[in-house]
Amino acid sequence: MTINTKFKQSLFKQMKSKRVYYGMMAPFLLIFFTFTILPVIMSLFLSFTTFDMLNPPKWVWLENYITLLLYDDVFLIALRNTFILAIIIGPISYAASFIFAWLINELPAKIRWILTVVFYAPSISGSAFLLWQLIFNGDMYGYLNAFLINLNIIDAPILWLKTPQYALVIIIIVQLWLSLGISFLSFVAGLQTVDKSLYEAAAIDGIKNRWQELWYVTLPQMMPQLMFGALMQITSSFGIASVSTQLLGFPSVEYSGHTIVTHLIDFGAGSQRMELGYASAIATILFLIMMVANLGVQKILRRVGT
Amino acid sequence: MDAQDLSKLRQIKLKNIKRKKATKKGKKRLSRSWQGDFALSILLIGFGLFSAYPLVFTIANAFKPLDEIFLFPPRLFPRNFTFDNFTDLFNLIGNTRIPISRYFYNTIFITVIGVSGHVLLAALAAYPLAKHKFPGKALINQLIVYSLMFSSLVTAVPNYLVISWLGLIDTHLAIIIPSWGFTLGLFLMRQFMVTIPTELLEAAKMDGAGEYRVFFKVVMPLVKPAWLTVIILLFQQLWSTDGGSYIFTENLKPLSFALQQIVSGGIARTGASAAVALLMLVVPISVFIISQSRIIDTMAHSGIK
Repeated sequence: MTINTKFKQSLFKQMKSKRVYYGMMAPFLLIFFTFTILPVIMSLFLSFTTFDMLNPPKWVWLENYITLLLYDDVFLIALRNTFILAIIIGPISYAASFIFAWLINELPAKIRWILTVVFYAPSISGSAFLLWQLIFNGDMYGYLNAFLINLNIIDAPILWLKTPQYALVIIIIVQLWLSLGISFLSFVAGLQTVDKSLYEAAAIDGIKNRWQELWYVTLPQMMPQLMFGALMQITSSFGIASVSTQLLGFPSVEYSGHTIVTHLIDFGAGSQRMELGYASAIATILFLIMMVANLGVQKILRRVGT
Repeated sequence: MDAQDLSKLRQIKLKNIKRKKATKKGKKRLSRSWQGDFALSILLIGFGLFSAYPLVFTIANAFKPLDEIFLFPPRLFPRNFTFDNFTDLFNLIGNTRIPISRYFYNTIFITVIGVSGHVLLAALAAYPLAKHKFPGKALINQLIVYSLMFSSLVTAVPNYLVISWLGLIDTHLAIIIPSWGFTLGLFLMRQFMVTIPTELLEAAKMDGAGEYRVFFKVVMPLVKPAWLTVIILLFQQLWSTDGGSYIFTENLKPLSFALQQIVSGGIARTGASAAVALLMLVVPISVFIISQSRIIDTMAHSGIK
């Protein structure tokens, strides 16, 4: 008991002596808790209720989750689409980010600089995927249609953006075009900080080719960046929505491009339905998927280079 | 110096020579075949074209007359260079109730206040988290890394509630204040600040500077690369924000919203849309080009250990 109070006192004293640091962090942390931590807790709570912002939330236990997983066919489509997209786009984008960062790393600094801009530009170009709309346009003027008609492969224009079976392919192509994002930058930077003398040492130790060099020297040295890149990639791959809504429309034809996030938007704040409890259940499921994927991948990544 | 030392020295020298030779040999062994180099260059050029082509095309389209935009096969560069699309765009916007300058002002206001507020607050919070010890530090650091694991889309519903409780709906603050809490920015700042030598801070404190003085006079100037990185990341987000479900009043809406309205006008607006696409594209890319080397500096410390 006395030890406990002593400890408490010393903790309090410690905190008091460091109060200047708490003061420095206070404004940011206040916002961080209000807009990140608190919402996660609220979302979890609301997912067990029905709530429309007008009446107070009503506790309904697992009803939302049961409806979602057993009766909401559209959610199941969204779940399937999200996983297909994440499983294809996530690893390919991640690998591409690393491979291209690795390839340009050996080039002269000026060329590397230009290529970094070229590769990274799509992901900051915001609305530039409007151009993809021109390409996939459903009439004669769409570039893809015009191209295929000219080659006599098709004789009438295809409504690319309105045909369910093309929806996921189109999202994948555009997402891959956007794929070299912040993880790519992190890799480019990380590769430049790998200690060059390690390569010499490795050569003495009998590393034979650049693949061995990559696996035994470069990758372990890059581990922190690889972790960070994976985090960013997973979060964005499971959160795909804007490409779908802006290219395929909202909702897309027969929900062919529907993802968990677009489903969330459909029920969430500012939507027609305003079923916030239900939307929170969707958000909670997405949250769990992202956390599990992230923690799992981090575990796998720790084995690289062994 | 006795004989033993000398022989040791000789051994070390010998080792160095051997090592140098081995390095040369090693380099030779690791030298690349020209076929491999060729294949990799093709891959680089191929993907480079895939990423650059739509962008170059967007830029070129903005200066093409309408008949050339619809021309097939599409020509990359305009034959009759024209600013018609831009005049079209300004006419279109000029016809609406609210002048274009108002949308510009809204976006610039949101972006400037959001970004500068975030840089200040995040840097202030990152400094103790990177360089000092205090109870609760590990917990906060952990929470920040965990919060990078889900996107802010997940918290859209409660965020809306919080913002409406705070009475911020339909004000610019609804977008600005949450952007101050941009966690990725804090994370990158902290990672970068860890690399500041502690002696430097000690020296400043010896001279009698308080923590805030140390922060503004020593730390802030040293982490300029981190600022720039955080600025471009947040800038991108805020520049393209359309106000979403937070802003209803027409004359508070940002530029991106106005431009989306024009683009959704369909095929008749293709020329104006091309001009819009260029406008939205050029600003973030120029900011990135200007600050690239600093950004790479920061990202080198982005790793999670």
